[in-house]
Amino acid sequence: MMMGDQKATKQLTSLGVAEARAGLAAGQFTSVALPTACLERIERVDATLHAFLRTTPDEALAAASQADRERASGDARPLLGIPIAIKDVLMTTGIETTAGSRILRGFVPPYSATAVQKLQAAGAIILGKTNTDEFAMGSSTENSGFGPTRNPWDPERVPGGSSGGSAAAVAADEAPAALGTDTGGSVRQPASFCGIVGLKPSYGRVSRYGLIAYGSSLDQIGPITKTVTDAALILELIAGADPHDSTTMPVNAPDLSAALTGDIEGMRIGIPEEYFVEGIQPEVEDAVRTAIDHFASLGAEIVPIGLPNTELALPVYYLVVTAEASANLARYDGIRFGLSVDGDSIFDHFRQTRGAGFGPEVKRRIMLGTYALSAGYYDAYYLKAQQVRTLIKQDFDRAFTDVDVILSPTSPTTAFRIGEKVDDPLAMILTDIFTTSANLAGLCGISVPCGFDAGGLPIGLQLLGPSLGEEKILRSAYAYEQSTEWRLRRPVL
Amino acid sequence: MKLTREEVRHVAELAKLQLSDAELDEYAGQLGQILTYAQQVQSVDTSAVPPTPQVLPLSNVLADDESQECLPNSQAVKNAPDSDDGYFRVIAVFDDVGA
Repeated sequence: MMMGDQKATKQLTSLGVAEARAGLAAGQFTSVALPTACLERIERVDATLHAFLRTTPDEALAAASQADRERASGDARPLLGIPIAIKDVLMTTGIETTAGSRILRGFVPPYSATAVQKLQAAGAIILGKTNTDEFAMGSSTENSGFGPTRNPWDPERVPGGSSGGSAAAVAADEAPAALGTDTGGSVRQPASFCGIVGLKPSYGRVSRYGLIAYGSSLDQIGPITKTVTDAALILELIAGADPHDSTTMPVNAPDLSAALTGDIEGMRIGIPEEYFVEGIQPEVEDAVRTAIDHFASLGAEIVPIGLPNTELALPVYYLVVTAEASANLARYDGIRFGLSVDGDSIFDHFRQTRGAGFGPEVKRRIMLGTYALSAGYYDAYYLKAQQVRTLIKQDFDRAFTDVDVILSPTSPTTAFRIGEKVDDPLAMILTDIFTTSANLAGLCGISVPCGFDAGGLPIGLQLLGPSLGEEKILRSAYAYEQSTEWRLRRPVL
Repeated sequence: MKLTREEVRHVAELAKLQLSDAELDEYAGQLGQILTYAQQVQSVDTSAVPPTPQVLPLSNVLADDESQECLPNSQAVKNAPDSDDGYFRVIAVFDDVGA
């Protein structure tokens, strides 16, 4: 590719992972051309979008040169020479990692997250670190300590969150694919808002080692990609048991690409009427109902199901996740890493450091979690939430004895305006209404594009599967994607 | 439901967060609003329901008792704001109990 050739750059940056891999294998372009094109694209559009907190051009180009040499000597690793963007809550050796928080500014991790190590072992090149709500706490990426990310489809709107940087980067062709993390919808909802694919693996499928902890019983790392094929490819590579994370499941990474046949004849798809509630944007409901008919036309059986405890998922989620967060974030004490603000005593040192370093949403969630765990309130809030969590999980256990996957909208609305919900924490919480149950119950889920609203903003549908049921959600998502054309419409930047 | 400023101050102290008066007032309203919403869970009869602290069908995951490579000391203290001879340095603790 010739440098500065905008058309060639655009062609290269529009590629997903599988396409880039095929092009590299066929010798159509070099590995060096890929990060070069991505970095040019970032240079051109990221001043507007702010998807990246930092890029690593020198390291990326050096790794690409090496990949070209390795390919010449017969190396055929699956991601050899393909650039990937990494959400900044994932640790990367030698590359500053902040989790979007000023309290971690300047922190350079001494080791990488297992998922990142596995991508690199497969030959991938780290392109840079993407913006996130601070410690992944948010649904819009507005809570980043370093300024919001903007939606490539309309820069006045949010990209969703908390993996908004990763979603915007992939949607805007700044990166072929990215890793995000999903604690209550943070991979699926931004994928939906940005018109791309986001996969949350089953809890325990992907190691959380090196993922900066938020809600430890809920957090999972997942791919954010342009296609279902790419999501399957990346999940295969990052999945698997890890001695560094005792909450990984002792199962081998599945052969997910084999599920991508387009055949869903006889597959049973559950439709929970509880998910089609008042307050859902009519265009979102219409698009998802049209998609349901489409699945039926592909030979799937549409089955009405009940998830009677749906309404309780959000309140349970907010009690559980804030309680876990308040414990996880106790480590930011200004002693071992991160910001340190002097105080008169050791306790004052903690108070001053944390008061100065955390942003408003993080403080709010730490306060809520601390309250829910405090003497006199533990039984009424935290323990009660864990009991209701059991009921929510039982709803899904029951449903999955009858259906293969469950279909719903990913989010009740399309992308909202920057600033629209920032002063109303409860309104912000409601954008996660369809996604949090999957985390509470340990399910897998995927968001795929299923239409656009009148303003041209993308709409996503969510397919949920049982724990370790990734094969099913990918099979159905692929069949839908390949028989519709939503993925072909791209944002103009 | 609205928390008093004193209740918010107490929680902030438990969480070791220095908050301004403006923050105390803001959180008093917002936390009350969110807790009111969260109180929905209290209307559910859970007398016979066990809690779910985590969803995995695993328990007592143990590693073999063998020494393994770990982070070298120099790397472990590399990001410390203040360290000395491989140790994290903190200001004196024992004079401050109850402070």
